[in-house]
Amino acid sequence: MLDGGMGKARQKAMELLVRYGAALGAERLIATSNVAGVPGSSNVFLHNYYKEYGGSHDAIFSFFDLDSDELVDVPMALTSTCHLQGGYDPDNWQLLGATAESFKIANASERFIEARGVKILKTCTPYLAGNVPQRGDHCAWMESSAVVYCNSVIGARTNTEGRESTSAAMLTGRIPDWGFHRSEYRRASHHIDVQVDVASVMDWGMLGYFVGQAVQDRIPVLTGRLMPPELISHKHFGAAAASSGGVEMYHVVGVTPEAPDLATAFGGQAPVETIGYGAAERRRTYEDLNRTAHDSDVDFVMLGCPHYSLDQMREAARLLAGRRVSGNCRLWVFTSRAVKQEADRLGVTREIVAAGGVVLTDTCSSISQAVPPGTRVAALDSAKQTHYLPAFMGIQAWFGSTADCLNAAVNGKWSGQAP
Amino acid sequence: MNLAAASKIIVLYGRKVCGGVAEGLALVTRETISGWGGVNPMQGTITETRHELVGQSFSGRILVFRGAKGSSGWSAIFHMARLAGKAPLALVFNDMSTKVALGAVVMRVPAVTGLDRDPLDVITTGDWVRVDGDQGRVEIHKR
Repeated sequence: MLDGGMGKARQKAMELLVRYGAALGAERLIATSNVAGVPGSSNVFLHNYYKEYGGSHDAIFSFFDLDSDELVDVPMALTSTCHLQGGYDPDNWQLLGATAESFKIANASERFIEARGVKILKTCTPYLAGNVPQRGDHCAWMESSAVVYCNSVIGARTNTEGRESTSAAMLTGRIPDWGFHRSEYRRASHHIDVQVDVASVMDWGMLGYFVGQAVQDRIPVLTGRLMPPELISHKHFGAAAASSGGVEMYHVVGVTPEAPDLATAFGGQAPVETIGYGAAERRRTYEDLNRTAHDSDVDFVMLGCPHYSLDQMREAARLLAGRRVSGNCRLWVFTSRAVKQEADRLGVTREIVAAGGVVLTDTCSSISQAVPPGTRVAALDSAKQTHYLPAFMGIQAWFGSTADCLNAAVNGKWSGQAP
Repeated sequence: MNLAAASKIIVLYGRKVCGGVAEGLALVTRETISGWGGVNPMQGTITETRHELVGQSFSGRILVFRGAKGSSGWSAIFHMARLAGKAPLALVFNDMSTKVALGAVVMRVPAVTGLDRDPLDVITTGDWVRVDGDQGRVEIHKR
């Protein structure tokens, strides 16, 4: 491919991967069978930057995705590739404050990349929308919450890739053999001793936020008073740990596939440190997450970070049954197109809408930097979204359980309590 | 460089991440830097509210930092900073990661890591620094 025998675009993609691999200090590239990125995704800035090419998607892919100095024609993907979240819900872009121009650009880039064989999942949770790798598969994924899930829960192997490396992987089926692709890199470094019961999704979210702050980008292994986590607990734990720190993999003894016991998780290494998570640490984490919030009047509730599963959609609908979102508050629930379709068929979307909520796909408030006009105080059930949204939008944000958030949506008042 | 010639010069050696040579004023932080959600690429500034460099610009500076953190959008954000003409001149950092490696590649700036002394101990904001990516050489003119 590097000699151009498979065409100019794959050659340019390979050149980028070689430069990237050399920067990492990788010795070789390996084959990848599963790519998740944002190939060709366009926005107003990129569209205008390359306007001498008339907004050509080949130009954006060549110059930006492949960092090429030459314009190339983008061929079909060479390996299984999906598109992660985007900036707009195609059915609700006006509600998200997008202009007709920006939506048109985004939509055209989606059509372009779809025609190259990319699966348009438009979600940060590809593993809930039909892309589930197998244990040991070498993947090339973006999206920190998906990466940590892929490594930890599935036992597939990926680094936190970027836009350019995933687009190059899409055209070549290659990625540098470095980091999490190598067994010796996947061993735990820190031991987290959990001394309080961690059971609910909110508990797992707080624990993840604490662990990320405690270990930064190292690899923790968890033991202690952990109730067996559901898929959703993993989703919220990993997203939180990846946001507050940069955790790309964790082990839970007896739960995750590479940690049948503590010794195996450490792979013969001595722990760098054992860190306790008790009532004081939990309390501090809760207060830290809620540090931006002081007004109890809530005017916006956002659920679905990472994108809600079907079970979470049903739970939201159940908690809203017979109730109505306050006239002073807006409720937005984000999920993937795949889950939304199921929710539509099951009547779950209708129940949420009947209560006054809106179900949106593809994006979230942080990605789109969109909240309802006039929002001052949000309520969130995701530690990750709580980490980002107040900083992006200059608003306050309460963190609590899904029930706390939906109570706030109905009453227009925050009444969540520290655990 | 008469002023610099009269001041103390320190040379560190490390590993090439990206080739090329650049020199300029250093901007130093012991903290890691977030790309998406932590940086405004159009302005070339740090925006993360709790970062010690919040509000400061890395544009046209030699950025000396611990490493990258946060979202997988790191490279794309710094890539856009390059297009906007707001990228740093060079990178000197401690912790290697896929985010910072890919970011350095697409910013097309000289970058060095794995230095023989901790650059965060040696380099201070405002020092004049010359980064030779190909040689893995960082020359510091203390101000």
